[in-house]
Amino acid sequence: MRRIYMDHMAATPIHPEVLEAMLPYLKEDFGNPLSLHYFGGAPKRALDEAREKVALLIGADPKEIIFVSSGTEANNLAIKGVAYAHQKKGKHIISSQIEHHSVMHSLKSLEKIGFKVTYLPVDKNGLVDPGSLAEAITPETILVSIMHGNGEIGTLEPIAELARISKEKGVYLHTDAVATAGRVEIDVARLGVDALSLAASQFYGPKGAAALYLKKGVRVQPLIDGGIQEEGKRAGIEDVPAIVGMGRAAEIAKRELPSRMGHLSGLRGMLIDGLLKGINRVYLTGHPERRLPGHVSICVEYIEGESMLLFLNQKGIAASSGSTCTSRALKASHVLLAIGVDPAITQGSLVFSLGKDNTKEDVDYILEVLPPIVQRLREMSPLYEDAMRRSV
Amino acid sequence: MEEYSQKVMDHFMNPHNVGEIPDADGVGTVGNPTCGDIMRLYLKINEGVIEEAKFKTFGCGAAIATSSMVTDIVKGKTIEEALKVSNKTVIEALDGLPKVKVHCSVLAEEALHSAIDDYYKKKGLPSPVVLKHSHEDEEGAE
Repeated sequence: MRRIYMDHMAATPIHPEVLEAMLPYLKEDFGNPLSLHYFGGAPKRALDEAREKVALLIGADPKEIIFVSSGTEANNLAIKGVAYAHQKKGKHIISSQIEHHSVMHSLKSLEKIGFKVTYLPVDKNGLVDPGSLAEAITPETILVSIMHGNGEIGTLEPIAELARISKEKGVYLHTDAVATAGRVEIDVARLGVDALSLAASQFYGPKGAAALYLKKGVRVQPLIDGGIQEEGKRAGIEDVPAIVGMGRAAEIAKRELPSRMGHLSGLRGMLIDGLLKGINRVYLTGHPERRLPGHVSICVEYIEGESMLLFLNQKGIAASSGSTCTSRALKASHVLLAIGVDPAITQGSLVFSLGKDNTKEDVDYILEVLPPIVQRLREMSPLYEDAMRRSV
Repeated sequence: MEEYSQKVMDHFMNPHNVGEIPDADGVGTVGNPTCGDIMRLYLKINEGVIEEAKFKTFGCGAAIATSSMVTDIVKGKTIEEALKVSNKTVIEALDGLPKVKVHCSVLAEEALHSAIDDYYKKKGLPSPVVLKHSHEDEEGAE
């Protein structure tokens, strides 16, 4: 059966060159990078090299890169670490209503111990209004954390402008760039951010390696106590093979970024046009232009996401959904609710996140396969039945 | 997605008894779109026996499979027998459901009870059905 992977926001396949680069560190170069003897040498050099490559991807200095285990950990360290280190100055943090769970739940934890958090609303396209940030900042505010791009609706936030406002008021800005790093160009200096999270598994690197960019001079309290790894900011022996993989993946991403972006925005346009033309009562979610290059998110009215995913899976297509039924917590997507999608319509959420290896033929296949699935489920749907009756 | 039993997948991919019964003797609609599931069950009842059962469901794979299964189960049963069909009966018949999907089987039970209740109401008879509507309670409690 034909298999089409269009869930790159969940994970990306490992680039063959990345795997190649990792292998020696799973074999002969197994040593501890902190060891002074011969066996520590190669892993130490490999870590340094990976740090340079990751720094280069986002225009940072290698000293500003802290390797961690996942995007979630990077977000936890940025938010809790900065909050703990600066709580004497104030206990107010500003974020948005559409952040990833790792940001949202870190903030909830801080609220439990006395921090106050303002969650900025977004407009119907998912954009944070910079004016609302300016108004929300108080003398108590120590941190702003707003994502660079949203994995569910693809919208890219105006981070440079938000960072400029934060800077004027002397407040640090962290951005969760897990969904965007390696997918769109990022230059931390041009963005003006103080901290930025990125993860290798989003750009053809392995799971288990991610990084927090922390601008020189920004203090952070470590969340894991132990040795002096990562300048004492993240104790525990580094996952050298994964980090080496991340470095290699960052190097390839940097080189291939313009062509990947061109390829993916082309496919995105084709898929969005085809879906909106091929199926009635389908809505694009997120910003129509300011969005991740390979990201297509829609809501299909009268039917539910998981049942579409199951049928797509049967046809060899791997996609995702933000419907209540696909979430283990049985809650509608907070992102779709925040952009004002009717709760019933959020149930028909479908997300195709394309990757560099997807082709025009893949897009054509989706456009051929999905409309009959939608029709079939609508024929089973009491909501569709009612709507048809109303329209007669 | 791997957690569904083969039987759930079979009933989801090829559901039995999908559709409407235009002259149904009892119709029950339960659930709400915010929770992600709505089930509508149609029953044709003759001399106390369920002759025909059809459904329309908005929801996930488990919601569709439990609708399909509950209509299969009640066909040919008397009302008394049908009222004894519980969500557990449906789960067992489907070789189990993932824990997070158990509420779909509850919805199937409620849809059945609601359709039978409607039958009595249409006949102008006192209904033996005690409606639970736990699904809507869940929503209200959130």
